[in-house]
Amino acid sequence: MTEPAKPIIQIQNVSKRFGKVTAVDNVSLDINAGEFFVLLGPSGCGKTTLLRMIAGFELPTEGRILIDGQDMAGIPPNKRPVNMVFQSYAVFPHMSVADNVAYGLKIAGVKGGEVKDRVAEALELVKLGGFGERMPDQMSGGQRQRVALARSLVMRPKVLLLDEPLSALDAKLRAQMQFELSELQEKVGITFVTVTHDQDEALSMACRIGVINKGEVAQLATPSDLYEYPSNRFVADFVGSVNIFEGKLTLDEPDKAAVDCPGVGKIYLNHGVTGPHGADVWIALRPEKIYLHVPGEGKAVKAAAQDAPDGYNFARGKIKGMSYLGDITLFEIELDDGARIRVSRPNLSRHDQEDFTWDDRVSMHWRADSPVVLLG
Amino acid sequence: MALFARAPIAPLEYSRTLWMRLWVGAVMVFLYAPLVVLMIFSFNDSKRNVVWRGFTTKYYEKALGNDQLVEALINSLTIAALATLASLVLGTLAAVMLWRFRFPWKGAIDGTISLPIIVPEICLGVAFLMFFAAVGWPTDLVWPFNLGAITIAHITFCFPFVTMVVRSRLATFNREQEEAAKDLGASEAQVFRDVLIPHIKPALVAGALLAFTLSLDDFVITYFTSGPDTITFPVKVYSMVRFSVTPEVNAASTLLIILTVILTFIALKAQGVKAIAETH
Repeated sequence: MTEPAKPIIQIQNVSKRFGKVTAVDNVSLDINAGEFFVLLGPSGCGKTTLLRMIAGFELPTEGRILIDGQDMAGIPPNKRPVNMVFQSYAVFPHMSVADNVAYGLKIAGVKGGEVKDRVAEALELVKLGGFGERMPDQMSGGQRQRVALARSLVMRPKVLLLDEPLSALDAKLRAQMQFELSELQEKVGITFVTVTHDQDEALSMACRIGVINKGEVAQLATPSDLYEYPSNRFVADFVGSVNIFEGKLTLDEPDKAAVDCPGVGKIYLNHGVTGPHGADVWIALRPEKIYLHVPGEGKAVKAAAQDAPDGYNFARGKIKGMSYLGDITLFEIELDDGARIRVSRPNLSRHDQEDFTWDDRVSMHWRADSPVVLLG
Repeated sequence: MALFARAPIAPLEYSRTLWMRLWVGAVMVFLYAPLVVLMIFSFNDSKRNVVWRGFTTKYYEKALGNDQLVEALINSLTIAALATLASLVLGTLAAVMLWRFRFPWKGAIDGTISLPIIVPEICLGVAFLMFFAAVGWPTDLVWPFNLGAITIAHITFCFPFVTMVVRSRLATFNREQEEAAKDLGASEAQVFRDVLIPHIKPALVAGALLAFTLSLDDFVITYFTSGPDTITFPVKVYSMVRFSVTPEVNAASTLLIILTVILTFIALKAQGVKAIAETH
């Protein structure tokens, strides 16, 4: 995008309390016009409450929400320029597909001919052209969701809110819909705000992701930044699979750092951390960023030495567990120093899975830019 | 595969086991034999109506020619129609109120609303008699206003049934549909009309059927609230039976049974039996 991002939704210091329970705790974030924004978090973290406050079904206890610069306080859901696709789709069962899609337009007083055209256009958009006369109970779950999508899109909202849109679909259909939703969003250019607990969904669809934990924003970042540069242990652990080691910062210079992790050894980094010397920190290391080697070949040592001039990231251990997942194999390795570490290895050839087995001695290394130092 | 060999009875195929067939048959006889006897003897050519003496339809002519009986039937149908209509509105509003809102004394109201179902009819009858006497309810009104007292009494014991049926249907309502309608711009009234009413429609039909039949055949409460000019069908039949059980009574009863069966059939057809079965 070349033009500067303009916020369409501004959430300013919003809190929501249900009795003594704080569902959303002083959240501030801006959602830009035209972006696909995903609120990601575990169940009960407050992400759905946040979405419902944007739609107007819940009112903030504190703070305010602006949509397109207009304060939404006191504006009921039926007067807001947003539309929502519900988790259960909430398609009206007693109306045909076309009547479902036309409902909002009729309420808004749009004329008959235009209603017909816009309904047809919306159904075409979600690939349900020709399904107008069907009743919802004659359609599959995936199709009903498309009806719900069309019913919202036909209103040409400024923002489309989607509450766990893919959670009820089976794995294959979910993957397809992730793709289609992104495509649709690019086509219509409407801002999408989606709530999900599924990290794959978030990573594959979002322009930006807001990770929510216990009612607060844990991190706000693009999918790749979120995965590669998590800013805290919660995000590192929640998004993707990760090894987390506790350690002490023993070396910290502008171009290098080292963390002493009991059970693993010294972990070297090729960049500074700017933390106090001796501070307690955590190291996050993704399983796929660790290379496995058969011991004795010396290749591992060499590779590691090349990579980190001031001390290489190298470890030895024994395979304690394995799970073959087809595309990758996951290893659980007990290091000689005591810690357990998870390593994943792509099965690049059909015989890769035969390279290692239980109780094999292995060595491993990782690049000095792979570990992420977390201060909290 | 032998073409005419019967497949062995599968473990869950109870409908093909002998004892189950006998049992079902016994239940059917127990349920319907009295009605069948009543219908058959309505064609009996005998005054005493104990022994079969030959076929005739003259008692149907007699029953339809009996002005008092016809008047009683018209009264009953009028009361049933009015009571059904009022019970539907009242019962539905009560159900929606109890389902939707939180308010003080909700528990108490929830409990007392079904009281007319629990209280013995005889007590209700006496209570209505006392009540209408105490308030000085006029007894010399013209038709149909003279049916007011009975209609009010009928509404009282009919509408809790409507409330019950509608409430159980409301329990299956997905609140997200209501939110979806609002999200698309609908007001509260539009949500009620476009989303809630269609959802509870099967319950409305079931409730209307219940109310109508309950009102039509009520005897005890009606007996206490009816005056000399406001005889209903059950009360009239009772007074006829006090003299003797003639085939005329049988004929009238048969007509009433056929009427209710037709009404039920139409209502079920209009709604689809499945939808009504879902509400229970």
